[in-house]
Amino acid sequence: MSELEPQAFAPAPATAGAGAPASAKRRRRHYSLLNRRDKLLLATMVGVPLAIFLVIIWGMTFVSVVLSFTNWDGVNPIAFIGVDNYVQLFTTYQFFWPAVFHNVLWLLFFVAFATPMGILLAVLLDRPLRGSGVYQSIFFTPVVLSLAVVGFIWELQYNALDGFINSAMVGMGWMSPNGTIDFLGDPSINIYAVLVAASWRHIGYIMVLYLAGLKSVDPSLREAAAIDGANERQTFMHVVFPVMAPINVVIIVVTVIESLRAFDIAYIINHGKNGLELLSILITNNALSEAGLIGFGSAIAVVLLVISLVPIVIYLTRVMRSEDQ
Amino acid sequence: MSVTVMAGQRTAHNVARRRLSRGALYVFLTVLALIFLWPLLYAAYTSLRPYGEVVANPNGFFSTPATLNLNNYFFVWNGGNYPQFYLNTALITIPAVILTLWISSMVAFTISRFNWGFNMLVLMIFTAGNLLPPQVIIVPLYRLYNLIPVPAPLSDNGLMYDQIIGLILIHTTFQTGFCSFVLSNYMKTLSKELVEAAMIDGAGVFTIYARVIMPLVRPALAALGTLLFVWIYNDFFWSVMLFKSGDKRPITAALNNLQGTFFTDPTVVAAGSLMAAIPTIVLYLILQRYFISGLTLGSAKG
Repeated sequence: MSELEPQAFAPAPATAGAGAPASAKRRRRHYSLLNRRDKLLLATMVGVPLAIFLVIIWGMTFVSVVLSFTNWDGVNPIAFIGVDNYVQLFTTYQFFWPAVFHNVLWLLFFVAFATPMGILLAVLLDRPLRGSGVYQSIFFTPVVLSLAVVGFIWELQYNALDGFINSAMVGMGWMSPNGTIDFLGDPSINIYAVLVAASWRHIGYIMVLYLAGLKSVDPSLREAAAIDGANERQTFMHVVFPVMAPINVVIIVVTVIESLRAFDIAYIINHGKNGLELLSILITNNALSEAGLIGFGSAIAVVLLVISLVPIVIYLTRVMRSEDQ
Repeated sequence: MSVTVMAGQRTAHNVARRRLSRGALYVFLTVLALIFLWPLLYAAYTSLRPYGEVVANPNGFFSTPATLNLNNYFFVWNGGNYPQFYLNTALITIPAVILTLWISSMVAFTISRFNWGFNMLVLMIFTAGNLLPPQVIIVPLYRLYNLIPVPAPLSDNGLMYDQIIGLILIHTTFQTGFCSFVLSNYMKTLSKELVEAAMIDGAGVFTIYARVIMPLVRPALAALGTLLFVWIYNDFFWSVMLFKSGDKRPITAALNNLQGTFFTDPTVVAAGSLMAAIPTIVLYLILQRYFISGLTLGSAKG
């Protein structure tokens, strides 16, 4: 931290914790620059939003954890039942493991296909290319659409009765009118149909993030690689990609978080049932439905929370490291 | 001698190869671009077709149209109650964007310009919270929204639940996490001397915030504002969970009304979906630069 002026501001009385004695001298030296009112104002500017954020986000997270050890149904008194919800979740609840499987599948599909595709497009469009801007705009357009809109637009393609894919196959004579594929209703394939729709949006998102990273790479690195005789692929693999490490972490975190947050498209298609079970939807289906299984739904939320903490911690560690530099 | 000849041949060979690969690249990108555009183009085409005509055609939707008109749009606009839904969305989105930018700029100002000793902790609390899947907190939040009393002008049922104010609150809270992080990084790049000079001149904290720092972060605010508008406009999860189905819902959640109420008419669904998408697409076309820089601000320094 710099020893310069405003940085050495002492906490205002409202939020003052245990002041570090070591910095007392430094603090006193600059004390005159911020009067009491200024300090109170600063404390309010950060304190009020922080308090609201803590209550609504982290407070509710904590309540979710507590509720997961209860059998609350929203009506009757709350009773703590230990880890019963978790035992039931892992052993007898028939939708839990399918949901875990679908979330993992979602992640694998993004990691193996959508994210690399976004990176590939970024690399291709980063070069001087006529019409690069137009291509970028096209690939990016799905990102500005609501996932609700994405769901409906793809239903027009997938529908078993009058969706475009089936209509075209029948119209071309490649398929009998009775043999159409129920892309969204068949539990063995509907998750893949949803993944294609989700990727449609994810690819452009990754492309833009990666393009920004590529633009920030020092051009002299590439020139040096070119002079040393490296071809484009070698330059990317051995020079550009390693330099992009910070962006690569962002991309990985975004991919994992998006896979865990997946909700909207599956919810629109069939409320996450019949082949489209996801952890996120099981939470609301149990706890915010007529079933009123608040305790049980909260246990699923805690599972989702614990999994989410992995990418979040990775991300924060990196932010802290870059902050220290 | 022979070395130069070979080098010459290789260059010619390389030029030909490069031209070929450039051609292949264009073909690849163009095919992919068409695949990307297809679902949208097909939705637009479908939305213009009268359903009766499609049903009468033995090939169904795989057919050329005899008539194209805007009737589905009129149907959705009038029968689907769309003016009301657009208004609901505006009443949620615009205040939420303004509040988020205002609050997060104050948070960012404080933690980027003054050392409290726990700046890093504050930033981590905000950033980590913003990354949580919203489903983790929805169950208690739903209960909380049904408990908090809210006075009359802000709420017509005395609660947070099923109210525009409730949606503004959750959007503002969630997005403040992200924007505080981005803006504080942005403010850290501004010169420290500016604030020092202002302080020596006797300016108070608020003057420094409003007159010195805010004008300098305007580009970041424009970028974040565009991004926030699109995100909040596009929200589906909070709107579906924190509203009863009905006329108070914003447009994305109201899309759910289009299917199933009677029977699902794909031409109406197409028109309704596109109408919900048009504001963000138009905004994106006009403010593309801001939108993209908003997205990348978050990851660039990170």
